Amino acid sequence: MQSSNVINYDYSVAKLFSYAAILFGIIGMGIGVFIAYQMAFPELNYLAGEYGTFSRLRPLHTSGVIFGFMLSGIFATWYYVGQRVLKVSVAESPFLMFIGKLHFWLYMVVMLVAVVSLFAGVSTSKEYAELEWPLDIGVVVVWVLWGVHMFGLIGIRREKTLYISVWYYIATFLGVAMLYLFNNMEVPTYFVAGMGKWYHSVSMYAGTNDALVQWWYGHNAVAFIFTVAIIAQIYYFLPKESGQPVYSYKLSLLSFWGLMFVYLWAGGHHLIYSTVPDWMQTMGSIFSIVLILPSWGSAINMLLTMKGEWGQLKENPLIKFMVLASTFYMFSTIEGPIQSIKSVNALAHFTDWIPGHVHDGTLGWVGFMTMAAMYHMAPRMFKRELYSKKLMESQFWIQTTGIVLYFSSMWIAGITQGMMWRATDQFGNLSYSFIDTVTVLIPYYVIRATGGLLYLIGFFIFTYNFYKTMTASKAIENEPQHASPMAA
Amino acid sequence: MFHWLEKNPFFFAVGVFVVIAYAGIVEILPDFAERARPVEGRKPYTVLQLAGRDVYIKDSCNACHSQLIRPFKSETDRYGMYSLSGEFAYDRPFLWGSKRTGPDLMRVGNYRTTDWHENHMLDPTSIVPGSIMPAYKHMFNNVADIETAYAEAYTVKKVFNVPYDQPDMPKLGTWDEAQKAVLEEAKPIVEAMKSQEVKEAYARGEIKEIVAIIAYLNSLK
Ligand code: HEC
Ligand code: HEM
Ligand SMILES: [Fe+2]
Repeated sequence: MQSSNVINYDYSVAKLFSYAAILFGIIGMGIGVFIAYQMAFPELNYLAGEYGTFSRLRPLHTSGVIFGFMLSGIFATWYYVGQRVLKVSVAESPFLMFIGKLHFWLYMVVMLVAVVSLFAGVSTSKEYAELEWPLDIGVVVVWVLWGVHMFGLIGIRREKTLYISVWYYIATFLGVAMLYLFNNMEVPTYFVAGMGKWYHSVSMYAGTNDALVQWWYGHNAVAFIFTVAIIAQIYYFLPKESGQPVYSYKLSLLSFWGLMFVYLWAGGHHLIYSTVPDWMQTMGSIFSIVLILPSWGSAINMLLTMKGEWGQLKENPLIKFMVLASTFYMFSTIEGPIQSIKSVNALAHFTDWIPGHVHDGTLGWVGFMTMAAMYHMAPRMFKRELYSKKLMESQFWIQTTGIVLYFSSMWIAGITQGMMWRATDQFGNLSYSFIDTVTVLIPYYVIRATGGLLYLIGFFIFTYNFYKTMTASKAIENEPQHASPMAA
Repeated sequence: MFHWLEKNPFFFAVGVFVVIAYAGIVEILPDFAERARPVEGRKPYTVLQLAGRDVYIKDSCNACHSQLIRPFKSETDRYGMYSLSGEFAYDRPFLWGSKRTGPDLMRVGNYRTTDWHENHMLDPTSIVPGSIMPAYKHMFNNVADIETAYAEAYTVKKVFNVPYDQPDMPKLGTWDEAQKAVLEEAKPIVEAMKSQEVKEAYARGEIKEIVAIIAYLNSLK
């Protein structure tokens, strides 16, 4: 046993998941840019037969970025942050070391099979839960392994008080486990009928109930993957990188328990004016507004952590990434509640404004935070300084421009579409045929796809910078306390 | 209390779980049975329609099409009567979708026909200039998986008591009977189509995916 002040943290699993995040980031975002262009130029649907149509590729994009990129980022940071805030090295427990590696490799196998199956059109149709039952079992095993690692490490910790990030990792683990299990309840048809495809299944729930469970899941997948696990990261990386203590412990506490309590109730905002009971829609609406409080609580806590230290924003691009991430988090969590107001939802639902909202959160908040975390980890994992500050600066501006193009074009497109669907002439007849409302959007689709392309280019710059940091950057002797060292 | 929880991971986890599970229980469990009750006259899908529905899912048409008509005049004018909960009682999974890049399809069977679909699926722009819907030529080659569709119908009958084989309801019967029924049901669709490939396949006893999906689209009313 090492003594607690010279712990040699082991980053082997954190590194593996970092590589996976980069790999799936490129694949997932690459497909995203491609399908965005398909919406503007439908000829692009025919490059790979049935496997290249928009509709086959869209689930690959969503699963690729959510379960490939984001989740790998979450795992990578867990394997990095977990040890540090619990003051215990994974290397101290051969068992946990083994579980960590098994977790990674099994995850890769499941992802690989998932990609193949989605290309083949094997799908349950449920958004972010398309995988058929054999893969669902694989996902559950992967998740349980993560849990074993998490609670195992907590079990042998030296630091008795769990740091805020750990609260959020625990919540991610439990929340996703519960949601995934219930939403994927399905009956394999082969086992009942003894014929047909062995991997086919049928949902346990029908119609409105199925929708309710699906959006209870869909909404909270956003809560526990895109939000809770990313807050876990910012609570560690922003104070660490800036050298500033978290602004307010009380606010962290309030935001955490507030978020846990409120989030689940807001799922109804995906089903407004559908056939689910009115009271649920109303609850969804109201709790979405309440949700602003704990969401902004965390974001403001982060921004105030930088109080009096705004100068760092100029000197350190990592801080810039994280501050912009919190800002986009505030942005999505005010936009979402606005879209939850019944009359606004009547206009916004089913339109391009929804993907617009989604990408404020995913590109601005999740993407930026994940990349910032990896930039912070790289010098510590590889004992080298970051390869180029200049590249980071250009990446920042290219990607920010990309996001702005994305959401502004989708706002205009969504609102235009919603207004045209309901427009009537003086006799009360619908003014536009459906196709009119499609062709008018093409220019916005081009702008959106180009915004996405800029973001992807930025991601390539990030990849290059990360790779160069690993292989060709100047070695450092002592681990930096705070600001990550970087070459100009 | 919170300080204590932060030192006791087990109780911390239990606390988190209780707080998040609570909402789900209160929201989802009550009325579960009520929402699942079919409206008067609603019938489960036939095996051919189910095979078509599986094609719809395989090619993720729900990525661009909704099947949920909201209770606004602008929607009922465009698509027909707004949706009722009981109309979805046999939909496993539900296919409401979340994005209308193309129009709602919940009642498309009321205003589109087999030959319209055949031409449209082969080349959407030839029917609707400016359409950004992909062509689905491969459905004219791929054979529909009737066996899996039968297994699905059989499963929901056994496990969820979906009323196949009851008076006034679609017949499921044995696999042999079902195969005959599928060919029977496909016949008028194949006859209304012009693709030689589809007709020849039918003569060999094969149902192409396009036939199944048209049967499904026609059933949406
Ligand atoms: C990229 C988005 C996209 C995908 C994927 C897509 N569609 Fe469409 N669909 C459209 C658009 C846009 C229209 C309106 C223009 C037209 O009629 O072609 C449309 C129209 C339709 C219509 C005519 C509806 C009406 O009221 O006139 C039908 C039927 C249809 N699609 C069926 C399908 C089926 C079945 C699939 C899956 C195999 C599918 N679509 C996949 C975009 C899409
Ligand atoms: C207070 C917080 C938030 C609220 C109240 C909220 C509300 C909403 C609403 C009303 C919709 C549209 C539902 C519809 O009509 O289709 C939506 C969709 C979505 N939001 Fe949010 N949102 C919030 C934050 C976020 C954040 C931070 C992210 C991502 C990081 C996010 C990701 C998504 C996604 C992925 C969808 C798309 C679901 C679909 O496919 O239809 N949301 N949200
Ligand atoms: Fe939501």
